[in-house]
Amino acid sequence: EFRRFSLERSKPGKFEEFYGLLQHVHKIPNVDVLVGYTDVHGDLLPINNDDNYHKAVSTANPLLRIFIQRKEDADYSAFGTDTMTRKKNVLSNVLRPDNHKKKPHIVISMPQDFRPVSSIIDVDILPETHRRVRLYKYGTDKPLGFYIRDGSSVRVTPHGLEKVPGIFISRLVPGGLAQSTGLLAVNDEVLEVNGIEVSGKSLDQVTDMMIANSRNLIITVRPANQRNNVVRNSRTSGSSGQSTESSLPSSTPNILANILQGEEESDEEDIIIEDSGEPQQIPKAAPTSESLESLTQIELLHESTQNGFLPSSEMNLNHSAGSISMEYEVQDPDHKSLEEDGTIITL
Amino acid sequence: MRRFLRPGHDPVRERLKRDLFQFNKTVEHGFPHQPSALGYSPFLRLMAIGTRSGAIKLYGAPGVEFMGLHEENNTVMQIHFIPDQCQLVTLLDDNSLHLWSLKQHSGASELREEHRFTLKGPPGSPPSATQITAVLPHSSREVLYLGTESGNIFVVELPLFRVLEDRTITSEAVLQRVPEDYCNRRSCELVEALQEHPKNPDQILIGYSRGLIVLWDLQNNKVTHQFLGSQQLENLYWQRDGSKFISCHYDGSYTQWPVSSDNRQPEPLENLVPYGPFPCKAISKIYWQTTKNGLPYIIFQGGMPRASYGDRHSISVVHGSQQTAFDFTSRVIDFFIIFSSEPTAEYDDPSAMVVLAEEELVVIDLKTAGWPALHPPYLASLHCSAITCSHHVSNIPLKLWERIISAGSKQNVHYSNMPWPIDGGTNIAPDPPQRDLLLTGHEDGTVRFWDASGVCLHLLYKLSTVRVFLTDADPNDNMNMLGEDEWPPLRKVGTFDPYSDDPRLGIQKIYLCKYSGYLAVAGTAGQVLVMELNDEDAEHVVDHAEADLLQDQEGYRWKGHEKLKTRDGPVRFEAGFQPFVLVQCQPPAVVTSLALHSEWKLVAFGTSHGFGLFDHQQKRLVFVKCTLHPSDQLALEGPLSRVKSLKKSLRQSFRRIRRSRVSSRKRRGASGNASEVQEANAKFDQDALQEMELAPVQRKIEARSAEDSFTGFVRTLYFADTFLRDSSRHCPSLWAGTNGGTVYAFCLRVPPAERRMDEPVRAEQAKEIQLMHRAPVVGILVLDGRSTPLPEPLEVAHDLSKSPDMQGSHQLLVVSEEQFKVFTLPKVSSKLKLKLTALEGCRVRKVTVANFGSCKTDDYSENDLAVLTNLGDIQIISLPFLKLQIRYPCIRKEDVSGIASCVFTKYGQGFYLISPSEFERFSLSTKWLVEPRCLVDMPEVTSNNHVHNKSGMENAARKSRSLGDYGEDERKSGRLMEHALLNDEKVLKEIQSTLEGGR
Repeated sequence: EFRRFSLERSKPGKFEEFYGLLQHVHKIPNVDVLVGYTDVHGDLLPINNDDNYHKAVSTANPLLRIFIQRKEDADYSAFGTDTMTRKKNVLSNVLRPDNHKKKPHIVISMPQDFRPVSSIIDVDILPETHRRVRLYKYGTDKPLGFYIRDGSSVRVTPHGLEKVPGIFISRLVPGGLAQSTGLLAVNDEVLEVNGIEVSGKSLDQVTDMMIANSRNLIITVRPANQRNNVVRNSRTSGSSGQSTESSLPSSTPNILANILQGEEESDEEDIIIEDSGEPQQIPKAAPTSESLESLTQIELLHESTQNGFLPSSEMNLNHSAGSISMEYEVQDPDHKSLEEDGTIITL
Repeated sequence: MRRFLRPGHDPVRERLKRDLFQFNKTVEHGFPHQPSALGYSPFLRLMAIGTRSGAIKLYGAPGVEFMGLHEENNTVMQIHFIPDQCQLVTLLDDNSLHLWSLKQHSGASELREEHRFTLKGPPGSPPSATQITAVLPHSSREVLYLGTESGNIFVVELPLFRVLEDRTITSEAVLQRVPEDYCNRRSCELVEALQEHPKNPDQILIGYSRGLIVLWDLQNNKVTHQFLGSQQLENLYWQRDGSKFISCHYDGSYTQWPVSSDNRQPEPLENLVPYGPFPCKAISKIYWQTTKNGLPYIIFQGGMPRASYGDRHSISVVHGSQQTAFDFTSRVIDFFIIFSSEPTAEYDDPSAMVVLAEEELVVIDLKTAGWPALHPPYLASLHCSAITCSHHVSNIPLKLWERIISAGSKQNVHYSNMPWPIDGGTNIAPDPPQRDLLLTGHEDGTVRFWDASGVCLHLLYKLSTVRVFLTDADPNDNMNMLGEDEWPPLRKVGTFDPYSDDPRLGIQKIYLCKYSGYLAVAGTAGQVLVMELNDEDAEHVVDHAEADLLQDQEGYRWKGHEKLKTRDGPVRFEAGFQPFVLVQCQPPAVVTSLALHSEWKLVAFGTSHGFGLFDHQQKRLVFVKCTLHPSDQLALEGPLSRVKSLKKSLRQSFRRIRRSRVSSRKRRGASGNASEVQEANAKFDQDALQEMELAPVQRKIEARSAEDSFTGFVRTLYFADTFLRDSSRHCPSLWAGTNGGTVYAFCLRVPPAERRMDEPVRAEQAKEIQLMHRAPVVGILVLDGRSTPLPEPLEVAHDLSKSPDMQGSHQLLVVSEEQFKVFTLPKVSSKLKLKLTALEGCRVRKVTVANFGSCKTDDYSENDLAVLTNLGDIQIISLPFLKLQIRYPCIRKEDVSGIASCVFTKYGQGFYLISPSEFERFSLSTKWLVEPRCLVDMPEVTSNNHVHNKSGMENAARKSRSLGDYGEDERKSGRLMEHALLNDEKVLKEIQSTLEGGR
């Protein structure tokens, strides 16, 4: 089936809206689909979030070719570089599902279905001898799994070489997150924890800082083994754990810090259970009075009918309130700037 | 641009901060740790105490206090006031002498070190030649006589300590006229005592340790009299008229010697062993005081029969047929007698005996029959029984204050009514701004109520919870009841009693409502007592309830201590706080949090297993909530026993290995041809140590999880009338925070006052918040519509606070060890947060809301959070925006017990223990500052006027004078003092041990 419709290039809107539009256009409102497009190089690339949707719209020349597949019989291998040079095959795969049955592929999940566990970040702004590693504790059951100790390192100072106290990684727990990433090693010197220098801090202080940041720990180390360092402006890198982020074109540190901050905030949300109902993430407070009003309206209604002690109705209320909060969580400029004042990571 | 405008760079706010906040350590309350020397000036009527850490503290009239610290931090061995001067000399154990003086500076006196001096002998002489053993400040005020180990007496000129070599009294000069046979038997040895003749300043009495005593004429530089004692000498004392003196000896005897011009080598008048005939301990100091009726007071330290009473710390007072041996609770450091110091008075006429024991100060009234003790206005022994917790209540209403004092006065009937005899100096500090109470909970189940309003921490009333329970100790067992004919006539004095009959009685949490007089006290074995103030004695039954905190949990077994047994039937309680309700938690784990709401008549309590709410009006348990995580096995094993012991044993084994290595090395060095076994042993030790060194101190980095131990430990409980369920209707609520970062909120329904007894109090869980970072919740607070913390119960009813703003939206502040978070209410949305640990690596240990007033304008004040971190820093954080205002280093981070003992007051002051017996008081406020400010004047030396009375009158007149600027030095010395204490390894160890015991 083919559909053709137009879209305003300057205001593409959100991916969810676009997805809804596609479902509407194809009259498949309740079918989960995979959306892909062909880019200028002829690669079939997925559209599954705002960013790549915007990218797709902005690079459309002028036509944007979109492919839609049912999620259940989607062929994930179709996406990727050079996919369109194998166009025929791909298209036949896509268009003729029977062909697909003959050549079963190992199903590899979409990138969105993965959770990153670690990454090297800020390669562009750090000295080559340093490495900034981010460990994502959430979503994995693995322990962080490392130990730190006191030690001393040699620094170059105006007065010559000086021995200064430092904090070092002393042990990696086999099977732990730290070990499995391959980005940290015993005797690496810890220089910063989430952007804060550790020099002058005691072992206990650094321990507390790391544990307090454990859900999104960013450690800057001077690796004991300096041979695997990232060589700047080079495509090939020695480290197998190298993530795509490091090869991205460099962005300004501040933007990066903001992104970090934002992401960190979102996964630090506390959970609230109201009246022994279902646990929910606690949304950020609404600066707009609008949503509060709507909230109170619902509750007033609720108050007039119930005595305030029925958990079931309260739960419904919470769901509705939760969805409201989802909306305003994204747009909260005041709050953002406030966070910057307080906890910005200065790089 | 906004990014660079950091908070705190607003100049207006910066100025305001200077008007609001200021950090000072102001005064040390309690009894000095490890006192080592005592001195008294009858002229200034000031007492001086020196300590093992080199501190010297002067005390006079209540409120008159001075403190100094020797830089060396060495033990103070002796303190001597210079006669008729505002000066004193101290001798340290490094043989250095220090001259201190009280000088007036901007309207107040200050204690300053003027000069220091170490006696040096000729080159090549042994150090003992100049080791000072006795110091005599001469009444001429110009010279000091220094007796030494070598037997020589050196003379130094004051104030510069210039040695007057030509006036040295050598032992050779002394021995010239001593009979040969006596000389041969004993050389002079060290100078034990030096005393100036009371009437003739040109004669001094020199006592040598082997027993020889000579009277030396300073004018002619020769011996005038010699007294050939046969016993090892301890001390000497002149009688008032100079016709006789007393020597006391190592064998427990004392001897009276006549001094007359006709006999140059007299025989003793009397030689007595007061507690003979069996061998006795030494009499180390003796007084012979004359009275009008002719019967002298003979007062001596020690002399007890060695075998049966050798372990007693006693001072005996003999007056005619009356004789009492005061038996002190700890070693006697020194003592002095206050007697008529006027030179013209005919008799000594002693009025009081002041005894400095190692753990307390005891003053005995010698004027009143029965020689009762006095109630000291300062130097209270805070550690009579070890302090387990403390609670501060500011601004006590006068009515309650008077009732507590009256209850306390009924307990103090056995004390003497004599006015405090050490009354030198004038307190010129302004009157304390308000009446403050500091309540300390103790290991023996008592709560002590201290007047913490001013410089003198004074005991008002002591409450014991022991009567409610049946304990092993028999209450009728009275060890002090001695028969009439008992010999020696011992009498126990003092209150220091560190031995607890039953550690379960220990007090862990205290909450006092100052408006209603309700007091809640909770202890080590899960006991919670609610008490009411009653002005009369009463006998009644204490209602008893049990709270099973494990309710729906199966298969748990408590391995800790048993709960306390209660006394059946009515119990007689003395006037004061009388318990009427007892709730016992099951399992009987230590109560970790407590809250009382006197208006709703509810008490909430939490342990490591959960928390409960009790209605003390209807005497009914409202609900319990178990906070235990299924995997938390440790919480059931009793009070952290396992964990502690494991850690301890690890540490010990490490030490053992170290020690064995050292000793094996020594052995090898000594013997040379060590056996093979030994060598193998040594090698093994070496290897073990190397292994240890390969694994240095390291810390595990791991995210907290729900499975961690003690997550259910209830850290904080809080009552609030707020919008818990909806924004239109507020209701009473109870909030609880746990070690695992969970906050529970319960909606309470309290019946109106008229139906309070008819309808039950209901509670229903409304919210449960799990902080993602899972750090222990240490504080919960609700801010009203104006962002002001909700007032205390009954505060509004007593017109002492504006009623809270119930119009605007309330906010919830949750303080964990790592973060401060503000949430909206009733819908819990996170609004604001301040991360502390993630940025600074420190954790919150104590947090309180404090009100800070501006020192510039009377009408401005604001509420902020006062926070103490595990690094010992104090931070002030603004409300409601959570901005760090200021940070002060306060306690050394190694001083864990100091940090654990810290309490903040509501007006920006605080207390923490610097030793088991001393609180340091500090102030964060520019407005509320309680510190000693006093004046010591040189009384005019007149022959006829009563010196003391005159100065007293002058002082009273001076009290109305205006006050000037405060000096900086005292504060500095305060800091130094604490430093000194903590430098002492023994102190640190002791603190460590009390901490381990306290947990």
